[in-house]
Amino acid sequence: MDNLLQIQNGQAVSRADIPDLDFAVFQQAVLDATRHSGFVVQFFAYEDEQSALKLIAVIRCGQVLYVAGCSLAEEYPSFTLECEKFHMFEREIAEQFGVRPKDHPWLKMVRYHENCRGKDDIFGNDYSQDIPGNYPYFTVDGDAIHEVAVGPVHAGIIEPGHFRFQCAGEKVFSLEIQLGYQHRGAEKLLEQAGQHRNRLPVIAESIAGDTAIGHSLCHSQAIEALAGLEVDEGAKIVRTIALELERIANHIGDLGALSGDVAFNPPLAYFGRIRGEFLNLMLTMAGNRFGKGLVRPGGIAFPVLEEQRQIMRNKIKDETPGIVNVCDLLFSAHTVIARFEHTGTVPRAIAEKLGLVGYAGRASGLPYDARITYPTEAYAQVEPNSNERTVGDVFSRANVRHEEIMHSLRAIPKLLAKEVDAEPIAVPVSYTLAPDSFVVTINEGWRGEVSHCLLTDKDGSILRYKVKDPSFHNWTGLAMSLRNQGISDFPLCNKSFNLSYCGFDL
Amino acid sequence: MDFTFSFTSFLSFLVAFTLAPLFMGVILKVKAFFGGKQGPPWLIKYYTLIKLLRKGSVYSTSTTFIFKLGPIISFVTAFMLLLFFPFAGLPPVLSFHGDVVVLFYLLGLGRFFTVLAALDTASPFEGMGAAREVFFSALAEATIFVILALFFRLSGSLSFAEYFSGDQFVNLWSQSAALIFLVLIALFIVLLTENSRVPVDDPATHLELTMIHEVMILDHSGPDLALIEMGAFCKMLFYSAFISCLLYPFHTGSALYNVLVFNIIMALIYAGVGLVESITARYKMDMVPNFILTSFALVFFATILTMEFVQ
Repeated sequence: MDNLLQIQNGQAVSRADIPDLDFAVFQQAVLDATRHSGFVVQFFAYEDEQSALKLIAVIRCGQVLYVAGCSLAEEYPSFTLECEKFHMFEREIAEQFGVRPKDHPWLKMVRYHENCRGKDDIFGNDYSQDIPGNYPYFTVDGDAIHEVAVGPVHAGIIEPGHFRFQCAGEKVFSLEIQLGYQHRGAEKLLEQAGQHRNRLPVIAESIAGDTAIGHSLCHSQAIEALAGLEVDEGAKIVRTIALELERIANHIGDLGALSGDVAFNPPLAYFGRIRGEFLNLMLTMAGNRFGKGLVRPGGIAFPVLEEQRQIMRNKIKDETPGIVNVCDLLFSAHTVIARFEHTGTVPRAIAEKLGLVGYAGRASGLPYDARITYPTEAYAQVEPNSNERTVGDVFSRANVRHEEIMHSLRAIPKLLAKEVDAEPIAVPVSYTLAPDSFVVTINEGWRGEVSHCLLTDKDGSILRYKVKDPSFHNWTGLAMSLRNQGISDFPLCNKSFNLSYCGFDL
Repeated sequence: MDFTFSFTSFLSFLVAFTLAPLFMGVILKVKAFFGGKQGPPWLIKYYTLIKLLRKGSVYSTSTTFIFKLGPIISFVTAFMLLLFFPFAGLPPVLSFHGDVVVLFYLLGLGRFFTVLAALDTASPFEGMGAAREVFFSALAEATIFVILALFFRLSGSLSFAEYFSGDQFVNLWSQSAALIFLVLIALFIVLLTENSRVPVDDPATHLELTMIHEVMILDHSGPDLALIEMGAFCKMLFYSAFISCLLYPFHTGSALYNVLVFNIIMALIYAGVGLVESITARYKMDMVPNFILTSFALVFFATILTMEFVQ
């Protein structure tokens, strides 16, 4: 680890300070760090001012964040062979920059788009053709094997994604998930916004609609670090509350959906209503139910004063007994428990190999929670949460969500009790970004670790904007949870992860 | 064959057939009640049928005439079943010795064509649903035929009309109450299975991969779907009426009073289905055979108890 630079979450460092290693040294150092205790936060390529291709890795080991960089050749020995955590990152780099990781075990497109350097496509795709392109799926041979293809158009109002099952009867041998149908080029949009700085937060909070606060928080913190903007105490508390409200609303909605998926209808109806109550709390702060427009670089865009605090206190007090009761109804119904237990299990060993984050990781026994490990905003004042059941099945994931709801319901009134008024800042804020700088921000969005990474050039313009949604890690976890499961359990497993399609597709 | 056609028989059949969609509304209302909701209007199923009948049907170019035949046959077979059933203990429109065997196989014929129509679409989902439906109903058939064997031991007859009339009637309030009690539980399990209700199937789900019956009819639309729905209502009505005739001795008392009691019991059975759906989750797919075979075990032992060596 001597070759890596230790950094802090949300603190800008000069790009010159990031060690520019020889590729072999870089690979050795990064693999040493990630093979056992370390996890990949960011791993991406960029073109510097001289159009030279560079590679950056941000690694977390326990409480510490490391960064290192190196030059990238057109072809390099794959990291994935040594450590599976790089699997999707390497595919992403290959797709974005047309660089080939040699001997990558499953080198396949991630989102189906041309690389940004105009190089020949690594995957042999003709992008003038509609999706799906020319790419293979993992297949299983045999007389009794049948293939089931689901999506990208689904029966419900969910987002598009393609799921390819290899089954023998009802049993699934392998599931492969192909996404990319919602690729909008979010990173490019952010990089190309140029002087239209007020567009940045709007794009950031639209990366994944259900994680609007999570992504806009990451974005704002990154800009604040680079522009040296100070956020006052009140705004920090409001931003923390907003992230927790987002967590509560999404977890409650998902617990309802989980019970709906096993045809246990009462909690679906009750949680559906209660979710609306928490979205409405967001409405009192931001003027819309998903908290868009609330978090802005430098603070918050709307006032949150005693009136709003009182509404929140009352609502949380009124709704908590109902949530406790409905959770009790759901988690004490033995038919529900029978359905949740031992379904879609991702054992700890696999979760660790894949580097699962968020509740999916915690349900598999990886306690990482960015709110505790790298606290931002007012999280230093929030007590840590603990999880009781961590065996990696649907029941664990449902249980962890239940515990997180109760934890957030305890945390918000404590933050409200500080009674610090939060005055809005004038939007849009004008700022200049520090030149030749690098910053990485990490927040525990409701799904898990959301991370944005910014590099600026010598003029202080954005050179590279890298976004990572927790879904980028966790989709592979869903695919693994289906091994040797009944195919009819897929919707339940899928809902227990409830990953973002657009957050992955960017 | 007994062709003593009477006006009351025909009327009782007509009333039952007309009320079938209303009873389905009872299930929805009970489920809504447990969800703290108002639920759809009582007549929702009539509205749905009218809506579907006014629409056009869409056919995939890859399907053949089998696809169009499926809904018609599944409706007609379920409809025929009702003609032979003594609603409220009144003599049925049609009846002959041994009709039960024919009728259960008519239901089987309807299912066979539904399955063929599903396979005709060549969709991977529909084939999967068809495989599940055939497997589970084959298990339920075992229960049904043990019940018929038991009823033959008890009443010496093989016709619905004879089960629920005469001296050797089959009923909970007869000498063989204990056996009938087991049959009632088994029949309720078969009812849930054959009509794709929770905990076997979930009629309300949108998740194709978990569906059994619903996934087979995904490609049907308009009047075809209306026929399938009506067939499903008839089937549900038949099983519920079967249970209610075992619950209450309709062969005594006045016809009008019986019709009233019959409809109340029917509503209670549908409400019971709604109650089960509200308080239980679905079983895992590999648990469903155990559930259905429980019904088989119950009636199998009930039948053994009627054997000479036990008595």
